[in-house]
Amino acid sequence: MTGPLLSVRGLSVNFRTPQGIVRALGNVSIQAGAGEVVGIVGESGCGKSTLAAAVGNLLPGNAEIAAGEIRFRDRDILRLGSDAQRQLRGREIAMVFQDPMTAFSPVLTIGEQLIEFQHQMTDVDKAEKRRRAEAMLARVGISDAGLRLNGYPHEMSGGMRQRTAIAAALLMSPSLLIADEPTTALDVTLEAQIIYLLRTLRRDYNGAIVVVSHHLGVIAELCDRVYVMYAGEVVESAPVDALFHQARHPYTRALLECDPARLDQPAEFLPTIAGEIPDLTVLPDGCSFAPRCALADDRCRIRPELTSLSEDHAARCHRVSP
Amino acid sequence: MLRYAIKRIGLGLLILIIVMVGMYAAVFLVPGDPAAVALGPRATPEMKRMLMERMGLDQPLIWQVVNFFRNALTGNLGIDVWSKRPVGTIIAEALPNTLVLGVASIGWSMLLGVPLGCFAVVYRDGWLDRLVGILSVSVIALPSFVVSIYALLLFAVKFNVFPAIGAGQPGNVASQIHALVLPCFAIGLGWVGYLARLVRASMLEVMGEPHIRTARAFGLPEWRVVFRFALRIAIVPTISLVAVGLGGILSSAVFVEVIFARPGIGSLIYNAVTSRNYPIVMGTVLVTTALYVAITITADLLIARLDPRVRDVFRD
Ligand SMILES: Nc1ncnc2c1ncn2[C@@H]1O[C@H](COP(=O)(O)OP(=O)(O)O)[C@@H](O)[C@H]1O
Ligand code: SF4
Ligand SMILES: [Mg+2]
Repeated sequence: MTGPLLSVRGLSVNFRTPQGIVRALGNVSIQAGAGEVVGIVGESGCGKSTLAAAVGNLLPGNAEIAAGEIRFRDRDILRLGSDAQRQLRGREIAMVFQDPMTAFSPVLTIGEQLIEFQHQMTDVDKAEKRRRAEAMLARVGISDAGLRLNGYPHEMSGGMRQRTAIAAALLMSPSLLIADEPTTALDVTLEAQIIYLLRTLRRDYNGAIVVVSHHLGVIAELCDRVYVMYAGEVVESAPVDALFHQARHPYTRALLECDPARLDQPAEFLPTIAGEIPDLTVLPDGCSFAPRCALADDRCRIRPELTSLSEDHAARCHRVSP
Repeated sequence: MLRYAIKRIGLGLLILIIVMVGMYAAVFLVPGDPAAVALGPRATPEMKRMLMERMGLDQPLIWQVVNFFRNALTGNLGIDVWSKRPVGTIIAEALPNTLVLGVASIGWSMLLGVPLGCFAVVYRDGWLDRLVGILSVSVIALPSFVVSIYALLLFAVKFNVFPAIGAGQPGNVASQIHALVLPCFAIGLGWVGYLARLVRASMLEVMGEPHIRTARAFGLPEWRVVFRFALRIAIVPTISLVAVGLGGILSSAVFVEVIFARPGIGSLIYNAVTSRNYPIVMGTVLVTTALYVAITITADLLIARLDPRVRDVFRD
């Protein structure tokens, strides 16, 4: 294998909606190497979940991949036959979806589902699959794992379901784990527990993990490298330390200023970035952040390219240069 | 769950009472003297009076209803004015034929219609899906009496492969099954299409739910996603519809039993209504309504079994 484990190149995704075409992703490129934890961060609606779903080729029916490729182990997932894709999904790429409340079937027991999810493991029999499921539930910190297997998802709390979703993903020892907002549905205590769980996992796991979050704190605690997304584009990418200490893109800086963990004193209101994310049905001519950017000037009417600032730091802004 | 069942049964009994009161009221309110219709124009007033008395129509409405239920509770549905046999016995003889007909009809149409709906989803928008769609819509549009008549003409008269009339020889199961084929076909054909469409529609809705994406994300083959994950949920509206539709099957049974001259509740009602045989009409209405209520309650309990969320709501 020559390239990184996962390499998304120039991916553009549109959604057909009654209001028109929504350009959810425009020319997005990301990479994740083995043993690396990569974060994707950005406000709600900037295309993070679309990117996560696209990697598994699990976009909804109204989505269209307009351009780009998704290479996993140097093979373009989008060009594989459906059987080969299923093999990949069942053995190599695992997903933890955003909403743990709806991620499981309401009418099958947890055990039945965890056994089903090992469908591609043809060399393991059903009893063994059940044992593995029980062991994995215990490993993610669910007590009474054996009993839980006979229960239904609605009998579990949000935190337990999120753990179960992570356990399900880990069951196949994937080489790529994609976790979409793994803590967003949870309260602070549960969030800390899940982060702790993911941190222990990353210690003894040498696959790649892609963590999607709109919450910088989660990213800071888990990731090696970060992609910042805005309006369907990657606007900055950097190692986690560089991003938190030498952010270059005005949007990244604004995000950092709004991070509650960075406030010096308790504030009555959480600061937010002024303005709203743009309407993705109308493509902006210039920089998509311009309407909200304090530094915008005439140059910003032309769309900026991603500029390399150092070996592993890049930003999409006219104001930055190496 | 038990409390829910009891509540539903209580409600069912109430429906029964209302239906019966309505029936008696209808007999009273409909213009024309039932005895005169039954006996024909040459009946003497004396004969009419005696017949009214025998049918119990000379007493006040409320009293008739109360009497009817009091007797019904002890299993006595009255005496048939013509044959002088107990109405309960006559219904008990006819009912199994109709039940077998109804269950067999809905049975084969579910066995065919539900998988067809599923296949249409697995191969959605392909030629198989379109074919199933066109066939479904065509058979839904065919009323069961039309299918009956053509099936009769074709398979019984022209090719002579199935009997045209009757329910087969008593005691001979093979001949009874043989006689069941055409009537079942006539009643069930439209249902196959109906069920295929319904299963397809509710399945497509379920296929958009997030847990289906989860199943796909774990590399499950499409047929497994459809049959194991989606069907359990998509079948719920189908069961409610089948339960409601069984009432419709009873009315198709009237046509089909008359056309194929099959003994059963349908032909019993038909004959009783045309001869204004009120005790039999009342008896069959009571039994069929009770049957209908029982089926609906069973369907609800079945739905509660299939969906653990509903099950928990009713757990007490
Ligand atoms: N199924 C869909 N149909 C139409 N538009 C969608 C769909 N899913 C997402 N979008 C749109 O795509 C954009 C990106 O959404 P998403 O990827 O969910 O963002 P994020 O996960 O960052 O919040 C949003 O504008 C959203 O409205
Ligand atoms: S290109 Fe201009 S508008 Fe866009 S982020 Fe940079 S300074 Fe702001
Ligand atoms: Mg999202």
